[in-house]
Amino acid sequence: MTAKIVLENLKHKPMRSLLSILLVGVPVTLILCLVGLSHGMLEDTQRRTRAIGADIIVRPPGSNLLSTGGAMPAAIAGALEKRPHVKMAVGVLNALVQGVDLYAAGIDLARFNRISGGFKLQSGASFQQPDDVMIDEYYASEKKARVGSYLNFLNRQWRVCGIYRGGMLSHIVFPLRVLQDVTEHANQVSQVYVKLDDPANTDAVIHSLKSDPGWGVYKLYSMDDFMALFSTNNIPGLREFVWVIVSIGVVIGFAVTCLSMYMAVLQRTREIGILKSLGASNAFVLRIVLAEAFIMGMGGTALGVVMSFGAWWLIRTLLPASIPMVIVPIWWLYALGITLVGTLLGALYPGLAAARHDPIEALAYE
Amino acid sequence: MNNGHIIQIRDLRKVYRLGKVDVPALRGVDLSVPPGEFLAIVGPSGSGKSTLFHIIGGLTPPTSGTVRVAGQELPGMTGAGRTNLRKRTVAFVFQKFNLLPNLTARDNIAVARYLAGMDSKPGPEFEEILRLLGIASRLDHKPSALSGGEQQRVAIARALVRNPAILLADEPTGNLDTENSKAVLEILRDLNERLGQTILMITHNPEAAAYGHRTVHMRDGRIVEGM
Repeated sequence: MTAKIVLENLKHKPMRSLLSILLVGVPVTLILCLVGLSHGMLEDTQRRTRAIGADIIVRPPGSNLLSTGGAMPAAIAGALEKRPHVKMAVGVLNALVQGVDLYAAGIDLARFNRISGGFKLQSGASFQQPDDVMIDEYYASEKKARVGSYLNFLNRQWRVCGIYRGGMLSHIVFPLRVLQDVTEHANQVSQVYVKLDDPANTDAVIHSLKSDPGWGVYKLYSMDDFMALFSTNNIPGLREFVWVIVSIGVVIGFAVTCLSMYMAVLQRTREIGILKSLGASNAFVLRIVLAEAFIMGMGGTALGVVMSFGAWWLIRTLLPASIPMVIVPIWWLYALGITLVGTLLGALYPGLAAARHDPIEALAYE
Repeated sequence: MNNGHIIQIRDLRKVYRLGKVDVPALRGVDLSVPPGEFLAIVGPSGSGKSTLFHIIGGLTPPTSGTVRVAGQELPGMTGAGRTNLRKRTVAFVFQKFNLLPNLTARDNIAVARYLAGMDSKPGPEFEEILRLLGIASRLDHKPSALSGGEQQRVAIARALVRNPAILLADEPTGNLDTENSKAVLEILRDLNERLGQTILMITHNPEAAAYGHRTVHMRDGRIVEGM
């Protein structure tokens, strides 16, 4: 009977109910999109780095997961190739070319193809001229670019010479020498990918390098260790940022529900009086209000999940390279918990106000 | 202090506080009602009739005096105790019907049973009451689709579905036309005669009061005639 009263209450003012559910759903979408973006960016970078096929990554001192922290001499690659078990070492220079997270890579294409197995060209050819750039299918789709199109990076026009299958290294690649000149990093690279004669020697090679004072200043990672770093916990400030957004979600859910239920309680003052005259306890009245908020929270979460799929589709269609968003289903549960906390807290005050209504005054309410 | 009376009231006083002013609503009411009586209470507005009902029905506590309803002492009773009294012992029928507008007539009746902690399906004797009230075919309508007379009959059915010891009818014909008023009063009298239902009815109308076994008159918070 409680469920029937609650459902009929929600049906009685459908526009109010739907608007409340929509407003509860918006922060859910916000949270899911933010989490989807952070996970998507990490997973995308992780996948493209792993696809290179290296066993060890060498990065400059002071680098972290998102930033190389500067450049190091390109000659390091040659020096590494003289170490035992090192089959090949290839330096790559990174340069930020768009927004805050779209990096291009400068590569020696012939050497990079040898270590990675090569880019799979879908159209066009590899670098022919100094102003040539290769882009992957996602970036080509985002920019509606084709072979022969011109794109602006680093204050220069670049001709798209080839479009390759996405999923390796970067969405945009330049000839290493050209990028070094343009970014004024002559003879420097951001990281070196090292291929060993046998992956089983990875730990031994890293140990050997770390015990050498000349190499000890560099950041040395096995590919597995480097991949393990790709977690939201390892991105400076990201976890805190997610918590801020989650808190905003709770506050919005709280405020929307509090306002909506307070209005509903005011509108139903007489009905509350009727229920009390029939013997409804304060707890029963509170339960009705909380149950209504619970349904609004559940509905808002469901709508938020649906809207996050809409946002995912939109981003994937419009910005497939710049914003690699993914759907993270476990966060549906977290979002539900966050929303229910917000909505139930929001319903508590109006619920208690309803429960404390004097039945005689409530019955006299017009 | 029982003497076979279902309601016994001695020197009942009720004072409401409006801001910083004390407003006496009842100034020493004495009243005894035997089980099965149909009692009419008449009096001008502000005479304390509704306050007397609200106290007997457990909607508000008395300020002082003795009130015993179906063996339960109301002074000192907690809010939860008064809630239980409204669940199982007394039932109201109001002038404005006071049906829940979002629920059908059937669900309005079911809510009362649910709150009283009774089975969802009433017994066969309730079918007889529905037949008597003449609303069996209107139970799946919401109040907005029912006439005033039908709404008041549903309200009576809702009150009786819990088998209350006392039915408190606060001007039950106040919002009805003559024909429906007569029908409702005859239903109340019929219920009283057939089921022995104790009924207390507030009314302004002397013709309506005549349906009762006895009439008491109230003025200025006291019973002035018919104790």
